[in-house]
Amino acid sequence: MVALERITGRRPALIWHKETSIDPIDMIILPGGFSFGDYLRCGALAARSPAIEAVIDHASRGGAVLGVCNGFQILLETGLLPGTLVRNAGLKFVCRETSLAVQKTTASLFTDGLQDGQELTIPIAHNEGNYFAPEDQLAMLEDNGQIALRYTKGRHPGPANPNGAAHDIAGIISENGRVMGMMPHPERAIGDGHHSADGRIFLQAALEGVAK
Amino acid sequence: MQVTINISLKEGVLDPEGRAVETSLQSLGFHEARDVRIGKQITLSIEAEDAARAQQRAARMCESLLTNTVIEDYIIEVVEDE
Repeated sequence: MVALERITGRRPALIWHKETSIDPIDMIILPGGFSFGDYLRCGALAARSPAIEAVIDHASRGGAVLGVCNGFQILLETGLLPGTLVRNAGLKFVCRETSLAVQKTTASLFTDGLQDGQELTIPIAHNEGNYFAPEDQLAMLEDNGQIALRYTKGRHPGPANPNGAAHDIAGIISENGRVMGMMPHPERAIGDGHHSADGRIFLQAALEGVAK
Repeated sequence: MQVTINISLKEGVLDPEGRAVETSLQSLGFHEARDVRIGKQITLSIEAEDAARAQQRAARMCESLLTNTVIEDYIIEVVEDE
């Protein structure tokens, strides 16, 4: 919220998880963190909370939705995006900067303002960020141009793929390009004391994309 | 009715936790231990007129919340109360 306020100069509206309807809104962002202790599976219980029905309605009307980290896990649990996120391959919580390569996707408000192959340095902090989907679904994501961000070898000395994610997937979009989920935290890379300001580039492009 | 649901990872889904436990078993000298997979068990009681109905309701619960069918399989066992 602070990041968005710094970028836009306006305070975003906060939606409480028990709200059952949401007034017309440009974009809904499901932030990271943890929800309901992440019991059962990450995001599983949050994905069944009352406000999610309204998020699904918003998305089905073509509304923009962005899920970050736990928000991405929640979007996968709702079925708005395909696949799932399982335990990191190294069995450790990974908290560090990652280099991401923006991919050429189908038309999307999230990627239209970015260059194909553009490199962004944005941090991750998660235990379950290892993207998994059956082979046929991965092939469909590739064919449809739904993979928006991939981990890539960048400045960081560690392995390019920090968690074992299939096809180095860090973020995907829906077929209509209006819903996106990503493990990296753009709001933690907006300059102002952060190591990177590339998250600001990403968020700004998305905000401009949704305003079009 | 007492319902027991056993949830396991689908074949082909990597289980890093199972693999770590297997390595640990091997290092303890259990060289015969292979293919370690870790799942979970959920138990609950359901009020239902018969076992078939309880089974059906439990399956609905699995599909709508208790399991992630992308990566998990489940087996339901129903035992009638004595």
